[in-house]
Amino acid sequence: MASKSRKNKFTEIFALGNEAVVEGALLAGCTFYAGYPITPSTEIAEEMANRLPHLRGGVFIQMEDEIAGLGAVIGASLAGRKAMTATSGPGFSLMQEHIGYACITEVPLVLVNVMRSGPSTGMPTNPAQGDVQQARWGTHGDHPIIVLSACDVQECLEMTVTAFNYAEKYRTPVILLLDEITAHTREKIRLPDPDELNIFSRLTPSMPPEWYMPYEDNMRGVASMPPLGSGYRYHVTGLIHDDHGYPTSNPREVEQIMHRLFRKIDQFFYDIQMVDEIMCEDAEVCVVAYGCVARSAALAVQQARERGIRAGLLKLKTLFPFPRPAVEKMLRQCSSILVPEMNMGQISREIKRVNNGQSKILTLNRVDGQIITPAQILGKIQKG
Amino acid sequence: MAKVTQLVHNYLRHSKRFPHVFCPGCGHGIVLGSLIRSIHSLGLAKDDVVLVAGIGCSGRIPVYVDFNTIHTTHGRALTFATGIKLANPRLKVIVIMGDGDALSIGGNHLIHAARRNIGVTALVLNNHIYGMTGGQSSCTTPMGSFSTTTPFGQLEEEFDISRVTKVCGASFVARTTVMQAKTMDSMISEAVLHPGFGLVEIISPCHTQYGRKNKFKSCVDMYKWLQKSSTPLEKFKEMSPEKQEKAIATGIFEKRDCEGLEEKYARMRRNLRGER
Repeated sequence: MASKSRKNKFTEIFALGNEAVVEGALLAGCTFYAGYPITPSTEIAEEMANRLPHLRGGVFIQMEDEIAGLGAVIGASLAGRKAMTATSGPGFSLMQEHIGYACITEVPLVLVNVMRSGPSTGMPTNPAQGDVQQARWGTHGDHPIIVLSACDVQECLEMTVTAFNYAEKYRTPVILLLDEITAHTREKIRLPDPDELNIFSRLTPSMPPEWYMPYEDNMRGVASMPPLGSGYRYHVTGLIHDDHGYPTSNPREVEQIMHRLFRKIDQFFYDIQMVDEIMCEDAEVCVVAYGCVARSAALAVQQARERGIRAGLLKLKTLFPFPRPAVEKMLRQCSSILVPEMNMGQISREIKRVNNGQSKILTLNRVDGQIITPAQILGKIQKG
Repeated sequence: MAKVTQLVHNYLRHSKRFPHVFCPGCGHGIVLGSLIRSIHSLGLAKDDVVLVAGIGCSGRIPVYVDFNTIHTTHGRALTFATGIKLANPRLKVIVIMGDGDALSIGGNHLIHAARRNIGVTALVLNNHIYGMTGGQSSCTTPMGSFSTTTPFGQLEEEFDISRVTKVCGASFVARTTVMQAKTMDSMISEAVLHPGFGLVEIISPCHTQYGRKNKFKSCVDMYKWLQKSSTPLEKFKEMSPEKQEKAIATGIFEKRDCEGLEEKYARMRRNLRGER
């Protein structure tokens, strides 16, 4: 990676999306990576294998499969590390078991899924956006989760930092969805000065160990979390547990923990909801897009404006919890909403769900392993 | 005896955890007692011990003891343990698994943990059956014996847990039964002190699910059978092949000096960082 520093203020580098993820993770304080190689996410593992052993306490390990990769990440996070893994579709399917475990045991971690064409082995490694609903609902049972996306290399870095912050703040797994195009695009990005970043780390308990409750139902809905071996001995289990972590099937206690799990994300909804509104103020036609498609959409919207169409772009950076207020605003304002995505309609489904007949929802789906072009989006905008 | 009980009580969680889930005659409680005595004799602090377990009857063991305890997913306990040990090598990580847990669903993780010699201790509680789900055959159910999913007899060959682990490269492998409590105490202590991957296979009878279907009238019969068939390794080697078939070899199968993966990694990191 070539680097050039300007008066020590910040550095510009020429990097792949996957490399930017590593830069973001290291800036966020990640010191542990466990995973299994799979294209198109492999550069993340390779870069981590190179970088982590140079850091104080840094650990990289290549595990025997993706299930083991996420298992080791959860173990490291319980031991107090900021930890992550990266994978693609087939590996993401294997990881679902441990995503659920991390949700119910409230273990912070970041999982990057670089989406490729599926189902199954699919087309290695053409891009797609087919894992959006899997990221939301892939693991069994009711659970809240945070799913983020990034559309360019700079955002890969920024959203990885954000993912770690959310994971630590809300004690939850955070899934960052990239696609093969974003991950394998190489462009110039700005490495932020560590001092200008807001880095959040999990709260650790300060009370005497005998008072500590690992799953306390407090105002934030998030209890503090000690690293293993620090004197706070508690029980971690994938069974539904009470506020001390012990298994329970008492309906009152079960209801309490399940509702708290949802509440801890819901009540901070406005902190988690991230969207970019581009030329949306006076838009009559709004394109809602995310990932690499958002870049095509940005150009298409600009070209539509040049042709006198009042088009706007709502770029989703948070996919789940679904940024409903931002979308609803556009539904009220626009006569039609266009949702281009590289799947058969996984986010347009969410938009239709919140529409209430306010606007016309147009979809543009492409599942042939090719990117949706600006011309395709422009054509659809013009047809209205 | 009262003194030993008192010692064990010092390590139990006296909240609403009891009564425990184990059936009368189950060997798992004996293993837990032995584990506590070993940790006590080694003088390890409760804070430094992490007990990781999988799913099944054996998976329920950690909740009763006052260590850092983690009840993970089915078959994956070793992956969590690997992460914990690499993240904080100071911790003594002890993994408790059942036979189906360790060798069927978790077989991949076991062979790789043994191969990479990560410094954790695995206790595999072999009861030859899936106990918690109601007595289905496992990969260690002896050929010809009965279970709810082999109502006409098991046709498949069973796994020899210790042998599998040994050939996969583990640097400490031993087998004992719950009838040899003192030997079990010392084997667990030795395995915990061992720097690389250590595995102790413990034959722990399940009368409720396995014994009843396989002509053991009571759990006492099962314990008698266990006592009769367990044979120290030296004696086992001198036996005829026919007699070996019916015997359970016990003892230490593998013990060699080795550096745990976490130590190797730390050394590599020190070299790269130019630290002493």
